[in-house]
Amino acid sequence: MVYLEFEKSLEVLSNEIEKIKKVGSDSNVDVSKAVTELEQKLKDKRTEVYTNLTPWQRVQVSRHPERPYTISYINAITDNTWIELHGDRGVKDDKAMVGGFGRIDGRTVMFIGQQKGINTKMRQIRNFGMANPEGYRKALRLMKLAEKFNKPIVTFIDTPGAFPGLEAEERGQGEAIARNLFEMFQLKVPVICIVLGEGASGGALGIGIGDRVLMLENTWYSVISPESCSSILFRSWDFKEQAASSLKLTAEDMLANKLIDGIIKEPLGGAHNNQIGIHLTVKLEILKQLEVLDKIDSQHRIDERIKKFCSMGVVVE
Amino acid sequence: MSWFKRIKEGITTDTKDKKETPEGLWYKCSSCKHIMTTEDHEKNFWVCEKCGNHHRIGSHEYFDILFDGQEFTEINAGIKSGDPLNFADTKKYSDRLKDAYKKSPLNDAIRTAYGKVEGLDLMVACMDFNFIGGSMGSVVGEKISRSIDVCIEKKIPLMIISKSGGARMMEAAFSLMQMAKTSAKLSLLAQAKLPYISFLTDPPTGGVTASFAMLGDLNIAEPKALIGFAGPRVVKETIGKDLPEGFQTSEFLLEKGFLDLIVSRPELKQKIAELLLMFKN
Ligand SMILES: [Zn+2]
Repeated sequence: MVYLEFEKSLEVLSNEIEKIKKVGSDSNVDVSKAVTELEQKLKDKRTEVYTNLTPWQRVQVSRHPERPYTISYINAITDNTWIELHGDRGVKDDKAMVGGFGRIDGRTVMFIGQQKGINTKMRQIRNFGMANPEGYRKALRLMKLAEKFNKPIVTFIDTPGAFPGLEAEERGQGEAIARNLFEMFQLKVPVICIVLGEGASGGALGIGIGDRVLMLENTWYSVISPESCSSILFRSWDFKEQAASSLKLTAEDMLANKLIDGIIKEPLGGAHNNQIGIHLTVKLEILKQLEVLDKIDSQHRIDERIKKFCSMGVVVE
Repeated sequence: MSWFKRIKEGITTDTKDKKETPEGLWYKCSSCKHIMTTEDHEKNFWVCEKCGNHHRIGSHEYFDILFDGQEFTEINAGIKSGDPLNFADTKKYSDRLKDAYKKSPLNDAIRTAYGKVEGLDLMVACMDFNFIGGSMGSVVGEKISRSIDVCIEKKIPLMIISKSGGARMMEAAFSLMQMAKTSAKLSLLAQAKLPYISFLTDPPTGGVTASFAMLGDLNIAEPKALIGFAGPRVVKETIGKDLPEGFQTSEFLLEKGFLDLIVSRPELKQKIAELLLMFKN
């Protein structure tokens, strides 16, 4: 278990429990009462810590190294029926963006999302979840495939941004993202977008145009990361906490500002603390939303999708 | 919707409107140091007569260059930013806006107007780099969105002249969603089969490049404009070495297949008119 800096009190309690358990098994003394008490104390403490998370702490939870990533959700939700489909048919297969058909409660759904690596080697291969243009083009190819065969689309967003590399620019990172925004508005099938971790800027939005845009409770979504915002606007890396607050990037803030449609609650202590729990919650949410969206005529769905995004923005006249 | 009728008297109207153009009698080219009179520079569309360097100009100048007799109808001129997040960094966003209003007569980083170009109808949405670095916030999104509504209603083509440092960070996610909003409206314009010309002028970057600037039926750029998603400094940091010569210029993008053509400013009006006619007949 990896503990974040604000979880120190939880780590202390957790270690204490382990120690007592060891004493119990070494000495044959009954420690069950003490363990139960401490476990309750740990649960209370966890509730206390997690009900008062600051925006910056939520950003940290969204990047927790043990947090489940896109493929783990897809495999759990589709009961391992997911068949990954590769490549943009042009340049190559971008490992930072994955996609493919899977079955969920007997129906086919196209799942697409950014994938972060689960260990050092995979993090390199997955490019830390930062897709290149061919990743966005693969995503669009798969969305069009789903549309052709009238299958709904679910996208999972978890990226620190679109990759700002030399080849990415040469191959038109801007054009690739722009094309996705444009095309996603006219998709005839239901589209559900869920922010699983980090929702950084155009790289996130590039697969983020949907009839429902939802955020897990401990995620963030904004135009820039708090660190970069600190560096650019505050001209120092030291203001990331303040930047995280100013940006209003939490799920709660995003919902209050009507920039997303809903929040998916996480298990106590964050998604990483109960992976099976969050997988199931997300699955049920997808099924619930699909049931509603299925009943809407496709042109009406498109009109509503466009209307929703066009109402975003605050101006005075 | 509020409508503002504004007819220009001529190319040399109030200098207050023209902060981006040099003041004084002489102009020294920032690229080749060639010196010419301001009058000659202006007559040559603010392009250096010696090296062809395109000096950065704003909506005022582009409207004058494009519209017949410098006559046009500006729409939604009074829309201003609402500071939805009450944002503050080292300075309050509301104060930054006040400073920007003081520095120029602009109300935000874009103006929208329609008129005739060689007798052909055209809506022009032109960004102004002068206003907080041409950054895209709610106002830019809203004005583009409303200009597209008018295009569809009046069945006229659209031209967006982009020049932007990217997103208006002080509007955070509101700014991000303007990428979605403008792309949504462009998808409606496309369905109405109305032409959209994206004219990229130094520098469209960030969210502008990753939305409307790259979505033209025709993507046309001014020579030597800087065009990119990530800025050159960020790319350089990412790869840890110097960028190749000419990286992210108009000429580079043309070569890589992302532009239809490059058009210099003195030819702009004629070329746009020719293209509009191609779509028409
Ligand atoms: Zn020159």
